[in-house]
Amino acid sequence: MSADAPLFTYCLRLADSALVLGHRLSEWTAYAPTLEEDIAIANLALDLIGQARLFYDYAGKIEGQGRDEDALAYLRDDRDYMNLLLVEQPNGDFAVTMMRQFLYAAFAVPYLAALTRSKDETLAAIAAKAEKEMAYHLRHAGEWVIRLGDGTEESHARAQAALDDLAIYIDEFFEVDAVEQSLIDAGIAPDPASVRSAFEATLAHVLGEATLARPAVRTGQSGGRKGLHTEHLGHLLAEMQVLHRAHPGANW
Amino acid sequence: MTAVAALPGDAALFRARAAISAVADPEIPVLTLGDLGVIRGVAVAGDGVVEVTITPTYSGCPAMKVMELDLQLALAKAGFADARIKTVLAPAWTTDWLSAEGREKLRAYGIAPPVGKAAQGSSSRRALFGEEQAPACPLCGSGQTTKISEFGSTACKAQWRCKTCLEPFDAFKCI
Repeated sequence: MSADAPLFTYCLRLADSALVLGHRLSEWTAYAPTLEEDIAIANLALDLIGQARLFYDYAGKIEGQGRDEDALAYLRDDRDYMNLLLVEQPNGDFAVTMMRQFLYAAFAVPYLAALTRSKDETLAAIAAKAEKEMAYHLRHAGEWVIRLGDGTEESHARAQAALDDLAIYIDEFFEVDAVEQSLIDAGIAPDPASVRSAFEATLAHVLGEATLARPAVRTGQSGGRKGLHTEHLGHLLAEMQVLHRAHPGANW
Repeated sequence: MTAVAALPGDAALFRARAAISAVADPEIPVLTLGDLGVIRGVAVAGDGVVEVTITPTYSGCPAMKVMELDLQLALAKAGFADARIKTVLAPAWTTDWLSAEGREKLRAYGIAPPVGKAAQGSSSRRALFGEEQAPACPLCGSGQTTKISEFGSTACKAQWRCKTCLEPFDAFKCI
């Protein structure tokens, strides 16, 4: 393993989570409940895919094997993807999509804020842009979680069901393996434990306003960082990658 | 035209700056890239090549590639065929960099310029459902406006509606 291998892996993880969530959101385009929401979700997707491009571009440079953002996004299989399991979960109904977005953003905002203090200048610069964007995502999704949770009987039931289904993926945000520990020690990656209290405070506030109850989770589900995914990622990648793989090197 | 290579550095810079001064934002064509704050510098690099430094507005802004091409084209027309466009991410772009002239051009075009300064707390930082300062209607000037959606036709804009003249309008997000 070269000295840069952990950094390459770490960049890919950040990129994969942003890309997979961005792709999931893009599946709503032309299907969202209202035109304004359709445009909003497409904008959220665009932000995330933009962030993924920056992380992939940097990962490719660190690796130095000539792989560009397209090669990294389109020519790796599900076992090579290292995104968080939360982001690959299907869109479900609108409540599931907004709950997933809220949980991710509630973590991403403080985490990226911490990453802006990274000793790696490029990561710090990408984080500074991404953090501003994710603050918008957090408010948009947070307001929807409150509207749905504190809304009608049906919207409340759906929001609660979404939270019940997705809560098992929260603990994975805070997992640290040897790759990440070496970067934390080097001052390059933030320790996710350092943002747990900010995350918990956001959840407590929003879920409280939304009159939603956080389910007790005994054991969180994890494995995304090792390439062990739920069944849903393979399907997502198949759709996302088919064109690029069917027409290698195609351009317009 | 004097061959560019023969120009002393300052004259080359002057000509390069003039060449790109009119390059417009592809999605908001009343704004130049200078007005928008996307151009961070014009310099003659060590190898004698003119280098224009730009920064993206949003990470996913699809207009960046077009901006690069438009700059390259304008520079090539002015004799800088080998000019380079360099992208930097830090410091992160902010609407605080919109020029006063750019803000006025936006308003005249029908887009409300950003309200407030991001450095003093961007609108994305306010509390959930928290009040935000409403932009004045760029069409009739009324201060009675209401937000339709935080997101609009491009990443940098939100949708608002005027309660006086009833027209919907785009407003630049303060970020």
